[in-house]
Formats: sequence, C-alpha cells, structure tokens
Amino acid sequence: MKTGQKTENSFESKQTIRLKNQPKIIGSYAIVGPKEGKGNFADFFDYVMKNDFFGEKTFEKAERKMLESAITGVIQNAKLQPKDVDLMIAGDLLNQIISSSYAARAFQFPFLGLYGACSTMAESLAIGAVLVDGGFYQNIVCCTGSHFSTAERQYRFPLELGNQRPPTSQWTVTGAGASIVSLQGDGPKITTVTFGKVVDWGINDVNNMGGAMAPAARDTMLAHFRNTKTGPDDYDLIVTGDLGKLGSEILIDLMEDEGITLGMNYCDCGQTYFRRDQKTLCGASGAGCCATVFNSYIIKKLNEGEYHKVLFMPTGALLSTTSSQQGDTIPCVCHAIVVEK
Amino acid sequence: MEDKKRNEAYNKYIKAKIPKTKPWPSLFNSFWVGGLICVIGQGINDFYLWVFPNISQQTGWSLTLITLIFIAAFLTGIGVYDQIGKFAGGGSIVPITGFSNSITSPSIEFKSEGIIYGICVKMFTIAGPVIVFGVASSMVVGLIYWIISLF
Repeated sequence: MKTGQKTENSFESKQTIRLKNQPKIIGSYAIVGPKEGKGNFADFFDYVMKNDFFGEKTFEKAERKMLESAITGVIQNAKLQPKDVDLMIAGDLLNQIISSSYAARAFQFPFLGLYGACSTMAESLAIGAVLVDGGFYQNIVCCTGSHFSTAERQYRFPLELGNQRPPTSQWTVTGAGASIVSLQGDGPKITTVTFGKVVDWGINDVNNMGGAMAPAARDTMLAHFRNTKTGPDDYDLIVTGDLGKLGSEILIDLMEDEGITLGMNYCDCGQTYFRRDQKTLCGASGAGCCATVFNSYIIKKLNEGEYHKVLFMPTGALLSTTSSQQGDTIPCVCHAIVVEK
Repeated sequence: MEDKKRNEAYNKYIKAKIPKTKPWPSLFNSFWVGGLICVIGQGINDFYLWVFPNISQQTGWSLTLITLIFIAAFLTGIGVYDQIGKFAGGGSIVPITGFSNSITSPSIEFKSEGIIYGICVKMFTIAGPVIVFGVASSMVVGLIYWIISLF
C-alpha cells in the first residue's frame, strides 16, 4: 500500500477508524465503593464494597484488589475461563500505574499498561477493539479504576486535613470497571473509534479539571463528527467522562460556538454520578467514574435496547503534581468510541 | 500567536464562568467557630489556674496550648476535625488546633509507608512552610526590634 492511500477502513482523516468486524463487548463488570453505591447509578453496579479498605491494609492495596475482582468478575460475566483471555489492557491514576500492573500479576495474561488518566476506559476499549478487529486476539480484557483515597493522597491533601474544597473541585470515584472485547459472543458492538489529540488551552488550575478538559472533548468530538459525517442527533446518547457540572456546561458552550447543539441526549458521567446531597461540588471524576458507569448503566441499557447508538468519549487530564507545581498548564486528551446495539 | 490569543480568551471565559465561594456565609462560619475555639482555650486556661493556683500565668498558657493541641490531634484521629474544617474553613485552620491537625493528618495518612519514610518524612509536608515562615519572619522582626532599640 502506498503511503497516503486510503485504506478500506479509513475516513477522511486517519484519526477515526471504522471497525469492519465490529468487535463486541461480551462482558462487563463494575465494582464501586460505599459512597458511589449510594449515588445515582447505585442499582446498576455489580458489587458495592462495604468500606474503602476492601479488607486490605492500605488504600493502594484496596485499589489493586478492586481491579483484580473487576477482572475476575468480568471473566465470569462473559462466561469465559481465565485461560480464554489473550490480553489484558489496563491503566489507572497512580504513579507508574501500579494498581494495574500489580493486578496483572495475579493473572497470567499478557499485559499492556496504559496511562490515559480518566480517559483510560475508552482508550483501552479502543485499542482492544482494534486488536480484536484485526484478528490478532480473541478475547481482550480492558480494565481501569481509581480510588478516592489514593488519588487524593497523590494529588492533593491528606484525608483528615481540615480544609475546604474549592467550588470547582470534583470527587474521585472509588471504583473499577472491566470489559471483555471479543468477536465471538453477544453484546453491544464497537463500530467506530476516534483517538484524540492532546489539547491544551492554557488552564493551570488543578482544581478546575472540567475547564481544562472541555477543549479536548471539543476537539475529538469535532473530529469524530467531521470524519463520520454524523451529528449529535445520530446518537441516542453522547456521554463524556468526568467533565463535571462546570466542564460539561463549558463543552456545550464550545460546541455551540462551532454551530453544534448538544441537546438532551448529551450527558456527563461525572455530573450525574452522585446525588446532589452527597456534596461533591462539581461532581465525580477519576478513571473509575466513566469506567463504572459504562460497564454498568450504559452496557445494560444497550443490552436492554433502550439505547441503540452511544458515543462514549471520556476525557483525561495528563498532568502530574510536579508539572502543576512548576506552573505548567494542563494538557488533556479525549478518546471516543461508538457502541451500537 | 493564534493559540495564545485563544488561550487568553478561554481563560477569561472560564474566570467568568466558575462558581465563586460565597464570602459572607463562609466568613461568618469561620468567625464564630474560630472564636469558639479561642473561648474554649480561655476556659481551659482559667480552669488550670483555678485547679493549680500556684502555677505562673506562663505555665498556664503552656498547659492550655498542650491541651488544645492534644484535643485537635485526637479529633483528627477519630475523623472529626476535617468535618469541622470543611464547615469552618479558616476558623479552624488559623488557631493552634489547625496546626495540630496539619501535622497529625499526614502522619495518619502516611503511616502505611513506615515510621521513618512515612510518618517522619511526611509529617511536616503541610506544616513545614508555616514553620519556615514563622522562624524566618521572627528573625526579621527581631532584627528590626534590635535596630530600633539602638536609638
């Protein structure tokens, strides 16, 4: 094939890929912490932990165990055996993605570690779907999670410190979600994938992730609509990850500027995750936020037939404490997948 | 260049858009909680002077501070002080109880990394800057005091 020649799959730009064989999500599993288990999606989760320690000594070990049980759960859910899994793609928010790597240690799967911050669920599903679509693997486990206490300790202040959270701050979800992508079996199909570019519009306020990430969502959404020649009305649900209350309002404004109106079919996992009286200010965040909503609510509604075509596009803020302390702005990324009944 | 302009415009838009903290309710809460902590401190002081009539005022103050630090550390340990802080903000940060909380909370948090690398290293992550500025500014004030006393 000559360079620049269009492949069979390709759209106008190579950023969007159409998956010819339409890999299916044959299993999904979501496990959450107690606070999340009282939120708006409470009825849809597979397992709610009784406390944040999950029977472990430290929060890091608890996060690891959460990922392990999500993977075990999803394998059962898909009615497979551990030996049927060919590859595991996972990531999380901790330094050196320890939760994922240590969780992978418990299983004998080949392992690819990802870091896409809160966009990891879409990133892992997209990569998994492409690998399955190409016929390289049979069953791929895609997994991610986050833990409020480990994230808080890494990025912010100790839990018991008596400080106030700024009104733009969000609450990291304690939870993990896992899916299995495969060509065989039943389940919603992943039909199109758009990988996002890293976008930075000069926000350096680490307490305003929604504002930092909204431009990335805009960029990927515009690219996706342009390449697939679709608009918001072609989807039953357009769902972003953890832009939160503020960020999703900003995204609506930004898209309005481009002449695209996001209506009732647009929602944000972070904004809707917790009930109002749970006092999470701008809503939920973290890799576990969209991972648990996607693997519980969205997959179930797709299976039930309530939704037929969902555009799932979580965003991730690719910063570290070092970069923000050095005054750098926050680069963000957003990956999109289309899941159809 | 184009990007810079866009970023500036975007930052301006965000600044107008973000929800603001309501100043009056939070000022009110921090005022009365902070005041209450001070009243409790005075009460403890009076109590010590009443129980031990022979101690000096100086010793009474020291005992009061130790008691307040202990109470705050205890409340931090049982997970109450962060609730007070969430409600009162500066009112519970500024008194010595807030200082106690800022040392106790990382000690609890980083216990999992061991005594040396966890508790001892992380203990002053929040209080450290306060101590540095306290010592540095007292040096400056002392210097000024000394210069004035020359005349």
